[in-house]
Amino acid sequence: MRLRRRLRHWQAHLILLAGVALFAFPVYVALVGSTHDLGTVARGEMGLRPGPYAVKNYTQAFTTGSGERIRGAPVRLMMRNSLIMALAIPTGKILISLLSAFAVVFFEFPLRMFFFWMIFVTLMLPVEVRIIPTYKVVADLGMIDTFAGLTVPLIASATATLIFRQFFLTIPDELVDAAKVDGAGPMRFFWSILLPLSSTTTAALFVILFIYGWNQYLWPLLVTTSQEMTTVVIGITRMIGTGEALVDWPIIMATTIMAMLPPVVVVILMQRWFVKGLTETEK
Amino acid sequence: MRRRTIFPNKVLPYALLAPQLAVTVVFFFWPAAQAIVQSMLRQDPFGLSTAFVGLENFVTVLTDPFYLQTLRVTFVFSAAVVLLAMATGLLLATTADKEIRGASVYKTLLIWPYAIAPAVSASLWLFIFHPTIGIVGRALIRHGIPWDYTLNGTHALVLVILAAAWNRVAYNFIFFLAGLQSIPRSVLEAAAVDGATSRQRFWRVVFPLLSPTTFFLLVVNVIYAFFDTFGIVHALTRGGPGKATETLIYKVYVDGVINLDLGGSSAQSVILLLVVIALTALQFRYIERRVAY
Repeated sequence: MRLRRRLRHWQAHLILLAGVALFAFPVYVALVGSTHDLGTVARGEMGLRPGPYAVKNYTQAFTTGSGERIRGAPVRLMMRNSLIMALAIPTGKILISLLSAFAVVFFEFPLRMFFFWMIFVTLMLPVEVRIIPTYKVVADLGMIDTFAGLTVPLIASATATLIFRQFFLTIPDELVDAAKVDGAGPMRFFWSILLPLSSTTTAALFVILFIYGWNQYLWPLLVTTSQEMTTVVIGITRMIGTGEALVDWPIIMATTIMAMLPPVVVVILMQRWFVKGLTETEK
Repeated sequence: MRRRTIFPNKVLPYALLAPQLAVTVVFFFWPAAQAIVQSMLRQDPFGLSTAFVGLENFVTVLTDPFYLQTLRVTFVFSAAVVLLAMATGLLLATTADKEIRGASVYKTLLIWPYAIAPAVSASLWLFIFHPTIGIVGRALIRHGIPWDYTLNGTHALVLVILAAAWNRVAYNFIFFLAGLQSIPRSVLEAAAVDGATSRQRFWRVVFPLLSPTTFFLLVVNVIYAFFDTFGIVHALTRGGPGKATETLIYKVYVDGVINLDLGGSSAQSVILLLVVIALTALQFRYIERRVAY
């Protein structure tokens, strides 16, 4: 009996380790690739052991983004753009959603449900579906190649509003009454009571939206044309081009590693909130 | 659902709603309406002349052999990605849910790939499966398999599927794990006391209780395979070779942005839009655990 249980534990460890290895392997190979010189990689001589060029490759990718065969934007610049995007989207979404959820839950006014449904239906349409007309609107507004154009259209979605609404509905009426008795107006109540109470939900949403923003692809691909505005995720594809063997793979791999570092670190550090944000956002 | 206690202000709520409504109208309703209108117009590439053509664009799209080919590619691609990513996610989640040492470490090591952008995962897989420099690509060729995803459509499709599924396993793992942990232990213990083997316990007790999660994941994974994999296709194959890896969303992009066929592209967008609405409606209908609005 005990033997069988131990056997089953072994089996579980084996499956999980295989899973971990499956996830880690491509990243490890990229890490190795980023430490060799172009010649070794291009000749197909790269093995599974790190080479001596790590510092050189990472410095080069970070400061100039160019190698022997590619002209890219420096990763430093692209990471800055990605960071601005990944911070602006959650901030904007959370701000407008807090306000609109507050309005829908704590006030009674004509057309309340109509407005709520207006926001709600946006849930069904990813930006990808209406990509070209949205691009046209942004172009007409002169927002191509600006951070506003990059972020504001992605801020328009209902998820955060729905989450905050759900949360606000659980706040007991007694608390609101008490605030009113103490003479608090609605905005005072919002600042002093509602915001602090929402901090966990806000943090969870922030983490999940940060990753969403950092990883955007199709939208920045369309909206940014100048090299100064490229995000790092797009930058990688631009460097790869058609994927020839002689493209500067070590530089590309160094860029790839740097591009995935911020969101991965955020997920690992904020694991608890991230999982909460994810499971609550989407269910 | 509404509260008893509310604030009596008349103007304030509109001001609070204004920012979100403004963004929604400008970047959501206006373009969505444009997409529908555009899908019924024919425009020359330079926008010099426009004519109303009704449903002609839809007829053109739906009878276009290239579109039907894209539809087939999307179907194969999505089915494979969803199946692969969900099965692996479920296997890992059920295993990690067991009482074994280091379970929390495993969880951390299994959720981080969620944070990797699809386009970045494409770059990783490209580097491994490249026929001349990739470590696996070279190994395949050494073993007599003429691997070349840049020339062989099937190889390209396999690569895109692998990269897309790999990127998605962590997501499914998180949700399956959350679903498993919400199953009361007492139910499982009762089944064990009744003499059910672990396999019976899984298929007769756990799996049915997990079905809302499974169904939810099925819908969002299909949506992922349809839309979020654009970056993977763009980075890995650009829809090629030929049109072997051109999915529906990629074709919207190619026809609209590169070929400047706005009518056709918009018609395709509207078709996709209907697909998403149908999927979302299905999800709302069948998932009772979802909060009723």
